[in-house]
Order: sequence, then C-alpha cells, then structure tokens
Amino acid sequence: MAKRIEVSGLNVYYGDFKAVEDVSMTIEPRSVTAFIGPSGCGKSTYLRTLNRMHEVIPGARVEGKVMLDQQDLYASGVDPVAVRRVVGMVFQRPNPFPTMSIFDNVASGLKLNGVKDKKKLTEVVEKSLHGANLWNEVKDRLDKPGAGLSGGQQQRLCIARAIAVEPEVILMDEPCSALDPISTLAIEDLIEKLKDRFTVVIVTHNMQQAARVSDQTAFFNLAATGKPGRLIEMGPTKQIFSNPNEKATEDYITGRFG
Amino acid sequence: MTTLAANKPAYDGQTLDLTGKSGSRAFKNTLATVLIVLCFLIALVPLLWILWTVISKGYNLLLDPNWWSQSQRGVTVRRVGGGAYHAIMGTLIMSLICALIAVPIAILGAIYLVEYGKGTKAAKVVSFMIDILTGVPSIVAALFIYAVWITVFGFNRVGFAVSLSLVLLMLPVVLRSTEEMLKLVPDELREASYALGVPKWKTILKVVVPTAFGGIITGVMLGLARVMGETAPLLILVGYSKNINLNPFEGFMGALPTMINQDRTELALQPAADRVWAAALTLILLVLLLNLLARVIARFSTIKSK
Repeated sequence: MAKRIEVSGLNVYYGDFKAVEDVSMTIEPRSVTAFIGPSGCGKSTYLRTLNRMHEVIPGARVEGKVMLDQQDLYASGVDPVAVRRVVGMVFQRPNPFPTMSIFDNVASGLKLNGVKDKKKLTEVVEKSLHGANLWNEVKDRLDKPGAGLSGGQQQRLCIARAIAVEPEVILMDEPCSALDPISTLAIEDLIEKLKDRFTVVIVTHNMQQAARVSDQTAFFNLAATGKPGRLIEMGPTKQIFSNPNEKATEDYITGRFG
Repeated sequence: MTTLAANKPAYDGQTLDLTGKSGSRAFKNTLATVLIVLCFLIALVPLLWILWTVISKGYNLLLDPNWWSQSQRGVTVRRVGGGAYHAIMGTLIMSLICALIAVPIAILGAIYLVEYGKGTKAAKVVSFMIDILTGVPSIVAALFIYAVWITVFGFNRVGFAVSLSLVLLMLPVVLRSTEEMLKLVPDELREASYALGVPKWKTILKVVVPTAFGGIITGVMLGLARVMGETAPLLILVGYSKNINLNPFEGFMGALPTMINQDRTELALQPAADRVWAAALTLILLVLLLNLLARVIARFSTIKSK
C-alpha cells in the first residue's frame, strides 16, 4: 500500500474562475505532506482534486495530470468512485453518519460497497479503531450512535472510517481546526502512526502543526484577491521552516504576511 | 506599555449601571409577552372548541361496538343504529391506494430535485408545476379526473377514481416536505460517503434518505391527513353507499366525509345528528392514530442515543 502522487501542470476551475494555477509536485509514499498558506489560496480546492472530490461541486473542472504511481486519475474512462476508494478523505468538521452506530460508521465503507461477511466486518472495525487510537474508548459501546462521541473522538472515528477501506492515500482537510488542543494532539500522534502504512496529505492553518507532523511542506499563496492560488515552494519541512527559498514563504511563516 | 498600565488607577470611581432593563424596555418586553401569549390563546380557542364539541357530541356512538363493525345498510336517517365500518374502510382504502401511488412519485421527485436536478431547467419547471399543483382546489382535481376517467375513458364512478384525484392533492404536499427534509441533510455527509468510494445512488439510498427519514414520514402523514378529509372528489367521483364495499374498482363506496354529508341533510333528527358527530370524531381519531403510528415508525428507525 501507499502510493506516490505526481501532479503536473494542474489548473482548477470553478466555472470560468480559475482557482488554482499550474501546480506541479510529487508527494512521496509513506510520508506526511502538509499544505500551508493563507485562507482562500486554493489548498483545500487543490487537495480535493487529488481524489476528484471537487467534481461534487457543479461547474468545477481540472486541467493537467494527477498520476497515482503509473495511473492518471483524470484519464478518460477513470471512474471517480473508484478513485475515491483508493484515495480516502477526512474533513474539516467531524461528519460521522448520524443514523449509524459507531460500529456501522467504521464499517460503512465496506458495507455500502457490498461486504456482508459479519466476521470480516468485525475484524476490520476492530483493526481500524485500533489504527485510529479509538478502540479503548469505544469498545464497550460500539452499538451506540457515532454522533454521541466528543468532537475529537468523532474525528478519530472518521479517520477509522477512512482507513477501514484500506486506501492508498489519506487526504486530510484541516482535520484539527474544530478540535481542542488535547484532541489535536491525539490526531497528530495518529497521523505520525498512519504514515507507516499510508501516504498522508494534510491541509492545515496551524504552522506548528505542519512543523510537528509533516516531512514535506508545500506553501501556497495567491498574488492578489481574485487571482488564482499558486504553489510557491515545496520542500522538506525543516528547510521550509528554517531556510525557505522564497521571500513570501518566509514572510508567511514568520507572521509578516499581508 | 507596562508603565502605562501601572499608572492606571484600579478604579475610575464610577459605578456602572448594570441593573438591567430600563423602564421603557421592560414595558415593551411585558407588552410583547402579553400579546404573544394572548395570540396563542386565541389560536387555541377554535381548536379546543372544535375538539370539545366533536368529542362531547360524538363519543357516545363510538363506545358502541356496532359502530366499528356494521354498515348503515337499511338504516334510515330517522332510525338509530348501524355503524361506520363501511365508511372507515372506504376512507382507508381510498387514501391508502392514493398514498401507494403518490408517495413513491413524491419521494423520487424530491430526490431528483435535490440530488440530481439542482439548478437545471428541468428542475425549475418541475418545481414550478408543483407550486401550481399545491394551489389546485380539490374540486378541480376531482373534475380533472372525472374528465379523464369517465368522459374520455368511459369508466364508472368508483373508489379508484377518487384515489387518483387525491394523488393530485397529496403529491405536492409530500414532495415539498420531502424536498425540505433532504435539503436539511448536510453536504458533509454526502461527501463523507463519496470519500469512501460509495456511488451517488447508494449514498442517497443509504445515507441521505435514512438521515431524513423521520421528516419524510411526517410529511407523508401530513399529506395523508389532508386527503382523508377531502370531500369534493368523493361527491364527484364515487357515489355514497351505505353498504360495505371493499372493492375500489366496482360500485359506490362509503367514506367518512360523505357519511357526514349524507346525514347532515337531516340534522334536525337526533339519530342522524349523532351519526354526523360520531363520524367526524372517527375521522379525527383516524388521523391522530396515523400520526402516532408515524412517530413510532420514526422512533424505531433511528438508533437510540443512550
């Protein structure tokens, strides 16, 4: 598992509006890559193109190439549903299915795709909850609704749900922005653990978080309001935070932005 | 900075007035509260009045087991006796057939409007048509079905024709309420499902509709309650029969609204008047029962929180 993502010359549009311009990057397998940058610079938009989730919004389209190892995700004949089975996603706000129990939430990816074998489901649910550092907290109440957990637990439940389908890549869109510092720490520990098995990409507004959890950091910015967002630079996290090549990156990281 | 803060006195000697509402604001608050409570009570008056009248005048016959098991066959307006079984069954059969036709169309239509057609021209046209249909009086719906069913196709006046016209009345109610319920389901849930590699149709079936289920059921019951009390389609599309007829495709059929209408013409006679009130109460109870049933279904369809 875990695959390399290579993006070249990617433009993202919402209708006529160009939201992201000419992004090329390589995301290494079994590593954590962080996207940082000011609000509205297109990092979330760009993240959502990596599993073709942006297509959910009417009028959104993409130019360029996204290669998952040797396969182009945007080649004709590629089914976005199949793409999302290998590139999973965790969202900004925890979104467990309100009608389902904790067990069913974790099993939902498999169940909704037709797996009925009870034994296999039980195994996967336990393994995924262990994988999300949540097992000990919920093992006695797997039949209770997932929405009854705390915010931090819900987010780990969502991560368990995402890893239960054994994706190659996990995309996280500001997974801690709605959580308190302790829950954030729990998620960060988890991200550290996840990179043994998955390629992890995380969007964050918290620069300390990017510095703590990521191996590679990509800085996005936009020239002005209404202009498309661009990738300014990307490199090893240590280097980006200590000795960036671009002035804009340094300004942003040191808080002299805007 | 620190020196400035140190130089500042701890108190500036003035006491702030934190006692709350000033006189005029307190007065306005009281006035508004009184007005709102008054309006609520006024709105309650007709409701309680109707309930009290219907219950006090109608409960007597309902206690008689014959009311629930016998028809009005051979019972004239002057005579006591008989029951409402024929009318209860007629109402249930006609509204059930109506629901069987209207509910699937309404729910699928709402799913189309919310999940697939958003912003398209077709959706706008459908939505506009539904708005028009909402405003169609029941007698117009009945005459439309009369024109199609009897004038064009040459069929007889039967219960099924009533069901068809009730569909026209129930469809917009259920569709609109289902649409609103589906809109309330957050997009985040849809995206969460897509992110697991679940196709759109399955996301709708297994995530969106179950999340909105309680509200959809409530909408169906509201629609059903509306059509059960409709009288115009019954008068136009099926004759009132005092006999038990459970076949919606043949012969006249009794129904509670037309039973009320039948005996209403002789309201001066006590037996007829009693039956009118009892039939009215039965109809109210029927709607109440369906609402309770809906709540039970909605309750059991969600998992328990504790």
